[in-house]
Amino acid sequence: MAKQEIELVVNGDHYFVAVEPHRTLVEVLREDLNLTGTKVGCGEGDCGACTVLLGGRSISSCLTLAVECHQKEITTIEGLTTSPDDLHPIQQAFLEKGAVQCGFCTPGMIMSTQNLLNQNGEPSEEQIRQGLSGNLCRCTGYTKIVDAVQLAADRMVTQKED
Amino acid sequence: MDLPRFEHHQPKMTEELLELLAAHSDSAKIVAGGTDLLLKMRAGMMNPEHLISINQVEALHRIDYDDSKGLVIGGAARINDVGQQPDVRRYYPGLTYACDVMATVQVRNMATVAGNLANAAPSADCAAPLLVHDTELVLAQSGSTRQVKLHEYFTGPGMTIMEPREIIASILVPPVPERCGSTYLRLSARSKVDIVAVSVAGLLTLGASGEITTARVALAAVAPIPMLVPQASEMLVGQKPSEPLFAEVAAVVKEASKPIDDVRATAAYRRGMVEVLTRRVLAECLAKAEGGDK
Repeated sequence: MAKQEIELVVNGDHYFVAVEPHRTLVEVLREDLNLTGTKVGCGEGDCGACTVLLGGRSISSCLTLAVECHQKEITTIEGLTTSPDDLHPIQQAFLEKGAVQCGFCTPGMIMSTQNLLNQNGEPSEEQIRQGLSGNLCRCTGYTKIVDAVQLAADRMVTQKED
Repeated sequence: MDLPRFEHHQPKMTEELLELLAAHSDSAKIVAGGTDLLLKMRAGMMNPEHLISINQVEALHRIDYDDSKGLVIGGAARINDVGQQPDVRRYYPGLTYACDVMATVQVRNMATVAGNLANAAPSADCAAPLLVHDTELVLAQSGSTRQVKLHEYFTGPGMTIMEPREIIASILVPPVPERCGSTYLRLSARSKVDIVAVSVAGLLTLGASGEITTARVALAAVAPIPMLVPQASEMLVGQKPSEPLFAEVAAVVKEASKPIDDVRATAAYRRGMVEVLTRRVLAECLAKAEGGDK
């Protein structure tokens, strides 16, 4: 099938790529744009490892066609910070709380956290668990992830107030 | 992980979409969220030569409510958007709950209520809450539309009365009368992500002297299709609500269900839970109806 020329606005950068219709967003991000922070876990929309923000809302990029994202704004894990010395509060909190073990679920977890905090800046523990319910972790047992989200939320609220 | 190859179309207007669908109807599928469609294509269960995207057709994204016409959900309206709409949250709590908890956060941001119905899984989460509200669907094809009752829409697992060149253009949910309570309860093998093993929706309306004037119970995941249980309505309408009555109705609803054993639950468990959930659903509907809210 013929390739379609599309424009993807990823983390504020404009990428012009020619892709066949059957390519998913996660494939194009990883293979065409070399943004390999977003992971492929199940490829079925169950595990959340492929989570990115599309138009500000979390989606499973393994179930999204790249051609459907023409001129849409996409945020990946790479978009949260411009330098390793200047981590996003969510990333910083994950590190401090020991919420990262193998790290494979982490980009998706953090993007879902961003989605959650965009909608609710002061979530309860129950709301955090609900908000991350589309992201699976095989390592941590989730406790420290929840702690990290709580810490990030507290800090981001304080930041806003300053 | 590769999807099979197809041509992709992104019409901007409803009529254009319907013409494309008519032109390619022997091998075309509508893609909305893609959360069921792409999975089936990857598994080799579907192999359409054409995918026609509904996503750029603005008119189909509408979610409108007014007190006289009720709720109109466009064929491309996202589950999350429907569930967050203030009028939906106020007047259709069963549908709200389904939209709040089904699948995952990500899928709810991508998938559509219409797609959930069109996919026609016996366990479709949006089906039972919409059935108890006497919902109708506007099915459109190039040159004509027809309006059908949701309870006549499903014909079997994954099967509906829709022709290949038809789409669900909108979902029409009637306005809710005074002293009406509705709700939706569901059980699943996992608390999140997974589809339901058994679910029950209900709606009760009370008349001036406290008797039941409207009653509907709908089930999902316990029959080949999401289904209304007309026997429940017959037993409830005209009666004064009471726990013994609800228990009787729950026993009849249990007998009306036709569950199977599968990976999520046994038929015996499902039948048992139909009875439990029906009693709870009716009690909750009554409390809401008496509570004076709509």
